Amino acid sequence: MKTDELIRALAADGATRQMPLRQMFAAAMIPGVVVAACLFLATLGPRPHFFELIAEPRFAFKICLALLLAALAASWVKRLGQPGVGTHGAALRLVIVPVLLAAAIGAELLLVPSDLWRQRLIGTNALVCLISIPFLGLAPLAAALFCLRHGAPEHPAFAGAAAGLLGGAIGAALYASHCFDDSPMFVAVWYSLAMAIMTALGALAGARLLRW
Amino acid sequence: MGSDKQEKEWAFLMRAGNAGDADSYRRLLVQLTPVLRATARRGLGAAGMADTDAEDVVQETLLAIHLKRQSWDSEAPFGPWLRAIARHKMIDALRRRGRRINVSIDDFSEVLTDGAAEPDMVAADVGRHLEDLPPGQRNVVRSIAVDGESIGETAARLKMTSGAVRVALHRGLAGLARKFRTEEP
Repeated sequence: MKTDELIRALAADGATRQMPLRQMFAAAMIPGVVVAACLFLATLGPRPHFFELIAEPRFAFKICLALLLAALAASWVKRLGQPGVGTHGAALRLVIVPVLLAAAIGAELLLVPSDLWRQRLIGTNALVCLISIPFLGLAPLAAALFCLRHGAPEHPAFAGAAAGLLGGAIGAALYASHCFDDSPMFVAVWYSLAMAIMTALGALAGARLLRW
Repeated sequence: MGSDKQEKEWAFLMRAGNAGDADSYRRLLVQLTPVLRATARRGLGAAGMADTDAEDVVQETLLAIHLKRQSWDSEAPFGPWLRAIARHKMIDALRRRGRRINVSIDDFSEVLTDGAAEPDMVAADVGRHLEDLPPGQRNVVRSIAVDGESIGETAARLKMTSGAVRVALHRGLAGLARKFRTEEP
């Protein structure tokens, strides 16, 4: 087939409109989050007295931090799907999250006597946390991968990892409202580990699914 | 990869194409082709490879531009998007040909005014993958690409609805892109 013949076929197919990536992102991520939220309500559910607890600083902090990470990761993922769009700024903004967490840990270490540190760190729910966050993050991860496939990520495994982080952050935000371990030390260890699992999973999936 | 004025024109044509204007879209692809061809030759040359494969890279890049056109944000400049796609497909092509490569972005940012002409003899091209498509898709792609029929004419001749022709065409083109990607060197 000559190149001008190929162009003829491409032009004919061009009449079929494709949804712009930006719209697709919303169209896929919203159902992904809704599925995750439904699974959450059906299995774990928020803690009792959720609305009274929301004023408790440690509890509010971990939920807000996970939501912040999800929002930052979402804008990063969206940019990663668009060739020629800079992503360094979006990646750099993610650093806010560990910085805030480190500050919270500093405050925790000052406020809590040192013989309780170990207990705060290990918590009571570590295994549930490690299972629940990836479980809740799977649907958002799938949605993010779907969007990236629609787009054109220049580095498939890397973009997949970002999608995994996004899924993990959404899973973490949901799980945070259930989890009884509110210490930022617990969050730093177990939530991070769960999100690292998701990130690795996303990278593996991305390397396979996002090539173009 | 093109002058500012050229890139603005391409962005204009792409927006029109995305809004359903097939003629603008075809003009865009026709204008891009010589630029992509020159870039492909330079890229292959820089890697010490014969430029007989250049047309392969051109066709693969055109397919990628087409299949990924929704990843261009119509508010964004067109040049960086085009360069990123062309670079990605160039690296991919070189990697498949078994080279550790280092493609510099500069290779894709040169202003090109004179396009390169299509070679008369195309050693290998997208056509060889046509045979590997499922028959339904193959017939539709061939009818539109090689025989120059419209969607409507193809539908009438193959006794299909035009919707089915559109679906087969799109799947066929996506299949061609996939075959390029997974091809053994």
